[in-house]
Amino acid sequence: MQHTKYSIITLMVLLGLSFFLKVQAQGLLEGGKVSGNFQLDAQIYQADSAIGANEVAEKMLMNSFANLIYTQGNFSAGLRFETYLNPLLGYDPLYKGSGVPYWFGTWRNEKFEITVGHFYEQFGSGMILRAYEERNLGFDNALEGAKVVFKPIQAVTLKAFAGKQRYFWDKGPGLVRGIDGDLSINDLFKPEADLKTRIDIGGSFVSKYEANEDIIVNDTSLLILPENVASWAARININRGGFNVYGEYARKMNDPSAFNKFIYKEGESMLLQASYATKGLGVLASAKRTDNMSFKSKRTETGSTLDINYLPALTRQHAYSLAAMYPYATQPNGEMAWQAQINYKIPRGSKIGGKYGTDIAINFSRVTSIEKEVADGETAIGVPGTKGYTSPFFAFGDELYFQDLNIELQRKFNQKYKILLSYIYMKYNIDVIENHPGDPLVEAHIVIADMTYRYDAKNALKLELQHMSTQQDKGNWVQYMIEYTIAPRWFFNFSDQYNYGNDNKSEQFHYPTLAMGYTYGSNRLSVSYGKQRKGILCVGGVCRTVPAASGLTVTLTSSF
Amino acid sequence: MKKLIILSLVSLLFSIAYAQESGKKLPQVSVKTLNGATVNTAELSNDGKPIILSFWALWCKPCINELTTISDVYPDWVDETGVKLVAVSIDDARSSSKVAPTVSGKGWEYEVLLDINGDFKRAMNVNMIPHTFLLNGDGEIVWQHTSFSEGSELELIELVRRLNRGESIN
Repeated sequence: MQHTKYSIITLMVLLGLSFFLKVQAQGLLEGGKVSGNFQLDAQIYQADSAIGANEVAEKMLMNSFANLIYTQGNFSAGLRFETYLNPLLGYDPLYKGSGVPYWFGTWRNEKFEITVGHFYEQFGSGMILRAYEERNLGFDNALEGAKVVFKPIQAVTLKAFAGKQRYFWDKGPGLVRGIDGDLSINDLFKPEADLKTRIDIGGSFVSKYEANEDIIVNDTSLLILPENVASWAARININRGGFNVYGEYARKMNDPSAFNKFIYKEGESMLLQASYATKGLGVLASAKRTDNMSFKSKRTETGSTLDINYLPALTRQHAYSLAAMYPYATQPNGEMAWQAQINYKIPRGSKIGGKYGTDIAINFSRVTSIEKEVADGETAIGVPGTKGYTSPFFAFGDELYFQDLNIELQRKFNQKYKILLSYIYMKYNIDVIENHPGDPLVEAHIVIADMTYRYDAKNALKLELQHMSTQQDKGNWVQYMIEYTIAPRWFFNFSDQYNYGNDNKSEQFHYPTLAMGYTYGSNRLSVSYGKQRKGILCVGGVCRTVPAASGLTVTLTSSF
Repeated sequence: MKKLIILSLVSLLFSIAYAQESGKKLPQVSVKTLNGATVNTAELSNDGKPIILSFWALWCKPCINELTTISDVYPDWVDETGVKLVAVSIDDARSSSKVAPTVSGKGWEYEVLLDINGDFKRAMNVNMIPHTFLLNGDGEIVWQHTSFSEGSELELIELVRRLNRGESIN
C-alpha cells in the first residue's frame, strides 16, 4: 500500500516535471534541433514442420528501436531506445528486454571533438578497430567510454578513446584503448595548392586489457595468459588522376583465445588495393592476407560478438537472393584472397551500346587457406598452449575456400524497357565456411534476368528470374518475382523460390511470399506473408543466419 | 522509476521533434571523397541552388536503379535547375574501394562521398536505403523519402523546380 502511494506521488511529480521541462525545454531548444528515427519489425509465426519452421510459443515476436538526436550549435546529444518483445527468430535471445543501451553527448569546436557515453569508430580499414552497428542483423559492438578527436592543424587528425564494448544489455569484460593519427601530406606542405598527386598516411595502436583467468588446455596445462594485448597498423593512400593505391598492414601480439584454440602466435594482416577510374571505365585489383587476426574483448567468446576489429571479405556481395545463398565470410584464423573487377560502359549512341549505352561489370575473386608449418621447437600444427605454427607470408594454401566469377550486363533500350542479365560461377567451401565437416565443395552456376517495363510516368512492372544449378548441397533452385510499383508510394510483389532439384523428393519445397508496401515521405510500411528459407542474410559487411520461418511480417520505419 | 524518467524524457523529445518546423541543416560529420580527402558534411554547398543527397550502397539494388535512372536525365536536370546530386555511399571497408571504379564505369557524374563507418548515415537518421534528402538553396533539409520505384525521380525533379520557384514544399 505504502509502495503504491509512493509510486503515484512519483508519477505525479514526474508528469508535472515533464510538463515544466517541456515548457523550459522549448525555450532552451530555441535554435536547437531534434531529429530521430523509428523502426518496428514484427512477425506472427506459423509452424511449418516441412520447411523446418518451428512452433513459436509467443506466436508473435517484435524488435523495435527509436533514435533521438538533439543538436544545438556545437553540442549534440542522443539516445536509442531498443525493445525486443521477444527478439525475432534469428536474433540472439540475449536481446530479450527493453532499455536505452546507447546514449552520447558530443561537444565540438574547430580543434576538438569530445564524446562521452557510447560511440562508434573505425581506424583505417578497421583491421585493428571497428565499432559499428547493423541494426537489421542485431550486430552492435558500440564502445562505452570517452573519445577525443583533436585537429591541431588542418593536415593532422588525432583520435584517442577508451571504452568497453556492448554485449547485448551488458558490456564485455575487456577494456579497449586506442589512438590513431591521420596525416595529409598535401595539406602539410602546400595546403592551398591543388596538386595532382595526393598522399595521406595514417597509423594506429589499439590495446585490450582483460584480467587473467584459469584456462586449462590439453587436460593438464594451466595457461599463463597475456592480460594486455597490443596491436598496431599503418596505412597509406596515394591518389593521382584516376589512379588510387591503398595499402594497410596490421599486427597483433599473441592473444590465445577460444577462437584461435589458445595458440601463442602473433597475428597479422595486409591489404593492398589499386584502382583506376576514368569516365566510362573502372578497374580494380586487390589482395589481402589474414593470419590469426581474430581480436575480441573476451578471450572465451567464439560467436559474432565483442569483435574489436573488422576483417572485410574480399569478395563481391551479391544482391539477388539465389546468388546470395552462398555468401563468403572472412576466416579470421587465416586466408589469402585476391580480387579483380572491371566496369565499362559501352558508350551511348554507339552501335553496340545502343541509345543509352550498356553497362558491363566483370568481377573475380578467389580465397584460399594460408600455408602452415610446424613452429620451431613444436611437434605439431595448432596445438593449444603452443606457438601454433609458422606461415610463409606470400604463399597461398592448397585449400580453396571460395571463388566467384560474375558477369553483369545492364541495358536500357528506350523509355519503357530495360534489362539486367547476369551469370555467376561460384565455388563455396561449405565445410569450412558453414562448419559442415565432410560436405563437398559446392559448385554453382547462376543465371539472372531482371526486366523492367514502365507503362507510364508512375506505373512499372518488374520481372525477375533466377536459376541456380548445382550438384551439391540442396541441388537446383529457381526463383521468380513479379513486382508492380506505383511511384512514389506503392509496391506489390509476389515471389517464389522452388528447390526443384533437391535429391530428396520430399524436400522439394516452394517458398512463396506475397508482399506490399506504402511509402509516405520517409515513412514506410510494408507487410509480407509467406515462407522464408533457412539461410544467411547479409547486410553491409556482416551476415547472420536466419531460420526457416512462415507467417506474417510487418515492418514500419520512419525518419524525422 | 528509471523507466519512468526515460519514458518521460523520450516522449518529451518526441513531442518537440514532431512540433518542429524544418530549418534543419546538415550535421557536422567527417566523410571521405573518392580521392581520399576528408570533407565536413556541414560544408556541402551548391552556390545557393538545391542539393539532392542520396544514401546508397553497391549491394542495394534499388539504390543502383535509382542512381542509374537519374543518371540518364541528370545533365538535363543540371542545365534546367542547377541542382547537384551528392551520392553518399555507405559501403564499408569490404566494398568501399569498388565505389570509384563502379561510379566511373557507369558514367555517373555525381559528387560521391564515402561514409565508411556509417557516421553520416546515423547522424541523418537513415535506417534503410535508398534514402533521399532534398536541401534548399540555404542548405536546409526540406524533404526526405525512402525507397525507389520507377517514376519517383519525376516527383523529385518537380520538387526541385518548385524550390527554384520559391514555393514551400513542406
